[in-house]
Amino acid sequence: MLDKRMTPAEIVGRLRDGMTIGIGGWATRRKPMALVREILRSPLRDLTVVSYGGPDVGLLCAAGKIRRLIFGFVSLDVLPLDAHFRAARQAGAIECTEYDEGMVLLGLRAAGMRLPFLPTRSGLATDVLRVNPGLKTVCSPYDDGEELLAVPAIDLDAALLHVTEADQLGNCVILSPDPFFDELFARAARECYLSCERLVPTEEICSREKARYNPFERSVVTGVVHIPYGAHPTASTPGYGIDVAHLKEYSDATGDAWPAYRAKYVDLADHAAYLATVGGAARLDAIPAPVF
Amino acid sequence: MPYYTLAELCIAAAAEAWRNDGEVLASGMGLLPRLAASLAKLTFNQALLMTDSECMLVAEPVPVGPRKIGSEPIFEGWMPYARTFDLLWGGRRHAMVGPVQIDRYGQSNISVVGDHARPKAAFLGVRGFPGNTINHANSMFVPTHSTRVFVPGEVDMVGGVGYNPARWPGGRKPAGLDLRIIVTDLAVLDFQGPDRQIRVTSLHPGASFEQVQENTGFPLARPDAIPTTAAPTDEQLDLIRRVLDPHDLRATVFKGDPPGDRAVKP
Repeated sequence: MLDKRMTPAEIVGRLRDGMTIGIGGWATRRKPMALVREILRSPLRDLTVVSYGGPDVGLLCAAGKIRRLIFGFVSLDVLPLDAHFRAARQAGAIECTEYDEGMVLLGLRAAGMRLPFLPTRSGLATDVLRVNPGLKTVCSPYDDGEELLAVPAIDLDAALLHVTEADQLGNCVILSPDPFFDELFARAARECYLSCERLVPTEEICSREKARYNPFERSVVTGVVHIPYGAHPTASTPGYGIDVAHLKEYSDATGDAWPAYRAKYVDLADHAAYLATVGGAARLDAIPAPVF
Repeated sequence: MPYYTLAELCIAAAAEAWRNDGEVLASGMGLLPRLAASLAKLTFNQALLMTDSECMLVAEPVPVGPRKIGSEPIFEGWMPYARTFDLLWGGRRHAMVGPVQIDRYGQSNISVVGDHARPKAAFLGVRGFPGNTINHANSMFVPTHSTRVFVPGEVDMVGGVGYNPARWPGGRKPAGLDLRIIVTDLAVLDFQGPDRQIRVTSLHPGASFEQVQENTGFPLARPDAIPTTAAPTDEQLDLIRRVLDPHDLRATVFKGDPPGDRAVKP
């Protein structure tokens, strides 16, 4: 029987310097943070990262792992700006491929559809064209003749996603209120890796009622790892909310304060050690849902 | 006339953005625009679609700040991000946003100040501004009317499309481009001056055209007569204070929570 279970180190061990890595979730929600911290502990470098960015991008920036970022924004929601991303960007340390959010969506979708591009109006008449001189436009072949932006496919070497439940075959369900664009990341990637809150037998993964929460087929999944609270400090609802207190501590840990944060929360033996450091399951379970 | 704050004046003025919109998604980004959209929905445009600022469509606006446990809003649909893009590409949306910079064309920026490759200050990124502004109606809220926001020349990174034909594909106005109003701490402006020049449409009590012009980095259109921004009505004040913002979070929008009429002592 298929068994795609891996350890975090095995997943990150399959990544290579210079790869293009897509990270699922959105800002402070359902980010595969345990896998991101595993990347920080690895010698990987020069990554191109594609993300609806949150602390995943900030941590990778702080550790100098990113050569190029393909993105529409980086935000911590409750704290509008990510201090580590800001610092890296203002230092000119990362190459920014700055797109409209919808362009990121279309680039991933084009990759999943094995198309060279998808057309859109989003981005036209803005500096997105100036700062990305490689972008080209196409003319509608029909009578309207409209000039449209051709968003190039964003082909991923790997995608890292955090889901609610998975089985060892790579089937999964995302029970959070918004599945975001994890499906597009999964299809755009040559290899897709899932961390999950619960690893369950196949007979428990789906039912007629739960079927709508199954975002993509197991055939696009390469590896699965069981990491409860693996999205912390981002939210993975139902389950736990955004750890605002931790995000503030993280946000303050720039410059001289970074090595101490890194030593305390990143350079640990494993996720169990991390979980103990941030207060354990009981504390994370008690974090109230944020009010928006 | 009852006492009202500048924040309450701006909420009522900004709500006007959605008055004649019919059944569009009203997206107020940030506290004051959100309260404004909510006020519009509770009063003169109940047809508006609105979310809980996460991914549910709600039949009534969700108050800001802490809410009673178990007080679930009435939901009327699901609006995850994927569907938000589907909706906005179809054009049935009117957002109100808070750019870092705005120029004479209404082009807007929330990405960087300074050089793109090595900015003086990095903000969010262009977010959805390019797609929003080329697809549906947009208004803006500016809490501090100054030449730092209303910049001379063009904004440092054009994220939001404006009325600048030099940037339009083929020089033709994009069909979805529709900039409506700008509400600031001094005035309400629109894009109905000659050749879409930004125009002062009302001055907040105690503000002058000269003061607005002085704090704007480009020339503004000046109508012959400029009315004073309408004070919030008793009904609007009641809805803002009792229903939409019971914890007075709006007091944090402007430093010192000043009165709406500068001549009045709080």
